[in-house]
Amino acid sequence: MPDFLLEIGCEEIPARMIDAASSELRERVSALLGKERLAAKDIESFDSPRRLAVLASGIPAAQPDATEQITGPSVNVAYKDGQPTPAAHAFARKSGVDVALLAKISTPKGEYLSATVTKKGRSASEIIAEHLPKEISSIYWPKNMYWRKTNERFVRPIRWLVAMLDAETIPLEFDGVRAANISRGHRILSDGDVTIPQAGLAYIDALRNARVLGRPERERQIRKYLDVAARAISGARWREDKSLLDSVINLTEFPSVILGNFDPQFLSLPEEVLVTVMRDHQKYFALEDSSHKLLPCFLAVLNTDGDPDGLIRHGNERVLRARFNDARFFWETDQKKSLLERLDLLRHVTFQKDLGSYYDKTRRVQRLCSWLSEIIKQSGMAIRAGVIHKAACLAKTDLTTELVKEFTELQGIIGGLYARVQELDPSLPESTRLAIADTVYGHYKPESTDDEVPQSIEGAVLSIGDKADTIAGMFALGLAPSGSKDPFALRRQANGIVRTIAEKKLPLRLSELMRDARAGYQGSDAEKKFVNADKFRESLALFLRERIEFYLRDVLGYSYDVVKAVLAAGSDDVADVLSRAAAVKQVMYMPEFQAIGAAGKRMRNILRQAQEKNIVPATQFEYLADAADEEKALMAYLERSAGKIEEHRTKKEYLDALLLLSTIREPLDRFFEKVMVMVENERIRANRLALLRTLLREFSTIADFSEIVTEGKN
Amino acid sequence: MLPNKSLHPVKSNSLTFQELILRLQSFWAERGCVLQQPYDVEVGAGTMAPETFLRVLGPKPYKVAYVQPSRRPADGRYGENPNRLFKHMQLQVILKPPPENVQELYLESLGAIGIDLRQHDIKFEEDNWEAPTLSAWGVGWQVMLDGLEITQFTYFQQCGGVDLFPISAELTYGLERIGSFLQDVDSIYDIVWARDPKTGHEVKYGDVRLADEQQFSVYNFELADVDKAWKHFELCETECRKLLEQYSAISEDKSPTDGVGRERSRFPILGAYDLCLKCSHYFNILDARGAISVTERVGVIARVRALAVGIAKAWVDQQKNELAAGEKSAEEEPVREKRRVNPTLSPVAS
Repeated sequence: MPDFLLEIGCEEIPARMIDAASSELRERVSALLGKERLAAKDIESFDSPRRLAVLASGIPAAQPDATEQITGPSVNVAYKDGQPTPAAHAFARKSGVDVALLAKISTPKGEYLSATVTKKGRSASEIIAEHLPKEISSIYWPKNMYWRKTNERFVRPIRWLVAMLDAETIPLEFDGVRAANISRGHRILSDGDVTIPQAGLAYIDALRNARVLGRPERERQIRKYLDVAARAISGARWREDKSLLDSVINLTEFPSVILGNFDPQFLSLPEEVLVTVMRDHQKYFALEDSSHKLLPCFLAVLNTDGDPDGLIRHGNERVLRARFNDARFFWETDQKKSLLERLDLLRHVTFQKDLGSYYDKTRRVQRLCSWLSEIIKQSGMAIRAGVIHKAACLAKTDLTTELVKEFTELQGIIGGLYARVQELDPSLPESTRLAIADTVYGHYKPESTDDEVPQSIEGAVLSIGDKADTIAGMFALGLAPSGSKDPFALRRQANGIVRTIAEKKLPLRLSELMRDARAGYQGSDAEKKFVNADKFRESLALFLRERIEFYLRDVLGYSYDVVKAVLAAGSDDVADVLSRAAAVKQVMYMPEFQAIGAAGKRMRNILRQAQEKNIVPATQFEYLADAADEEKALMAYLERSAGKIEEHRTKKEYLDALLLLSTIREPLDRFFEKVMVMVENERIRANRLALLRTLLREFSTIADFSEIVTEGKN
Repeated sequence: MLPNKSLHPVKSNSLTFQELILRLQSFWAERGCVLQQPYDVEVGAGTMAPETFLRVLGPKPYKVAYVQPSRRPADGRYGENPNRLFKHMQLQVILKPPPENVQELYLESLGAIGIDLRQHDIKFEEDNWEAPTLSAWGVGWQVMLDGLEITQFTYFQQCGGVDLFPISAELTYGLERIGSFLQDVDSIYDIVWARDPKTGHEVKYGDVRLADEQQFSVYNFELADVDKAWKHFELCETECRKLLEQYSAISEDKSPTDGVGRERSRFPILGAYDLCLKCSHYFNILDARGAISVTERVGVIARVRALAVGIAKAWVDQQKNELAAGEKSAEEEPVREKRRVNPTLSPVAS
């Protein structure tokens, strides 16, 4: 069984797109081969900046022949006087079977002629040449282009194709390129064209000789050389950085590493700035000493096999020096105008075209944060409202600095660093000034699920206020994120709010937060374009509920049913949702709650059916003289325990509340065993319905247990 | 061919700034490019010169190279920053359509300026280009040489809101960056611009251009008259719009007289484009002066874009008519000649 090889030779594919496209191509080829009955024993991908390849080993040289039963004319028509009629002859010719050998089959409509036809399987080469182009053109690219015909799109121009079955070339053509057995090696380190002798490992060997390595090999080589280069300085280590590593792996075909130095006097610049220049702008790894202090060196990953004369090192050092000089120049220029003086400049910086400038935003966020501070203070938490107020005032001013214009990813951080070195207000004690600086520094946090929330409560409040202002403004304009379209990263920002409230245990209700944030826009021009308050509330409630769901499930790892059960009892108070979820998780496997869950479902059904029949429960259940014993027992239980459960609940002792609630199982089971709810007697029926309604309400305040999946759990 | 001189840490013999330009120009001239001269209206980038903005439109193949001094008032630093300029120089190459070996050609051009790639690290890193004021975009790379971005390499996809066919490849060499790399200097102002072959006397970039940087920074940031700049902007915009209206009035005239055709083909779309460039420049000055408020900014960009889009549309229309006229005259040729395909009509011809 031959091996199949496909290589799409392309001009440099953007590093960020290679991994996904490569595995998609492998999936597509695998699916195609499977569908065409040419499944491979094993299928692997191979990729580099200039190629996506798939190696499928052991595929059938041709599809297996397929036999098929075809039905002809009815026997009545096919024979006359025992002799085949022209209809029978025609069918025999069509199916390639001797007329004497035609079989008969019975169907519900009578007896018919039938023939077994063998369909010859087509060769793998033919099938691949025919169907592969569609698969190649279907690969998803975040951004693609055309270069030859407007309907031929790919990430960059395709310059060569290799398609082989063992040593045979497959006559595949795509976007005007005809497949051959010629690949291309490393741009600089090889002679260019590389003849591939055969599909399979020979391909990988041929490329290795032409200085092109596959991804795993490149990663190993980069890691090894980073270690080797770092060892040149005793005690030094390179800073692990996954996304940087991924990026340099996909920018090289044959990587090596050089160690470069920079002037130690640049270490007087903040580490944040130095690391950002190295990592984001130059794709260098930073080096640190054993106490994690930054060293005046860097590691650059090259797409060539070495730098014997130090020319490349020299060039990279020159670039970094210029970058650092720029950064220092910006730093010094920025000091000429304090953050406070920059506040007014924010009038000229657009926040969003309808929502006004960053100056407007600053004022809104200040007001919102004051309000949030007040709520938090009233709950008894210690909070420095004055610090937040000052920090909110300065938070966006760094957007006008040269350093942030140059390194936008350092917004907030630069503001914090500047606030630390500038005299904000001579009357402020040093510690307050530093607290303000820290609050500004971290107010964009958390920027991802891996990032931490702001350390201080002041930082947390500013972070929440800033994000809530953005989310409320965008939703008020009707610009909710949809599908993959979320240009303002509202999902990420809302995730940040949820996590910050949760981790800092803040007494903030999401709906109130958003309502207050929207109120900040009152009287602005933007307000004229706002959707009405109901639509705003509803769309946000749904959006925020999804964010909490994400937090509980994807971040905290709660199971789907716990999340649903807990959120069914309310999702507005994040800290409370968390306490309830923790309690529910502890009790959910108790048989009592599985029974309560089943009973809950039952009660809900009964109540729904009653409602459909327009049967109204009594306003309040009462002890009727003719009530069943089990009914009375259940009522007595409720009267006895409801108060205590409620007490636990108000104190947020959810586990205690639930454990107490679990004792209802026995009277409840007996009730359902013995008592019929939908009886003829209207008075008794209405009373029982009222009892059920009360019970259901009692059950569902912490979680809706009917959502808990019981199957397979004990 | 030019000698493939390798780089050495001691770069006393490296190319002067003007030699760098001459070498690149010869290289591309030898590969069939028209050597144009810098456009004489202020532009922010080589892309805005009509040799790019208008030539990439329509079906006619074209190859051109030119140096374009590019003015970006807000980037000025009073000549005090060693790496930033108000006006920098780009060497712009347009290859329409791009040949299959366009990347290889580009790498060869580096050899022509003395960069031996075997001794350096070269990478093509994704960088997609977009110019909202021109309603233009493309995909491509920044070309990194030993960690330095030396060229912007773009496959144009759209220009003036018009989908391009064929597309063009645009190579934009950052001359100051390449010059300081080749000469291994830390400040642009220290680049040797010219060296007298007899005396060895050197003229530096700073000698040639520093005053420019200082004075224009003062002008752009401090002294440019905001009210007058607005007036200039509006005058140019009004005139440009008027020209576009006039053109569309002529082009809607369907009477097939030669007079209309002639009037149409002589209509100064190029003049309208100059006015659009002026608007763009005044916008940049106003921006540098901090005179454009939040609410205005988006709107002003949209006004310039509307002109650029109108011009692109009109230009395509004008070219179409000229091509049609070309076809017509081809038909009048003797019968035996008729089978010859007009090469300018074939979009894939290079």
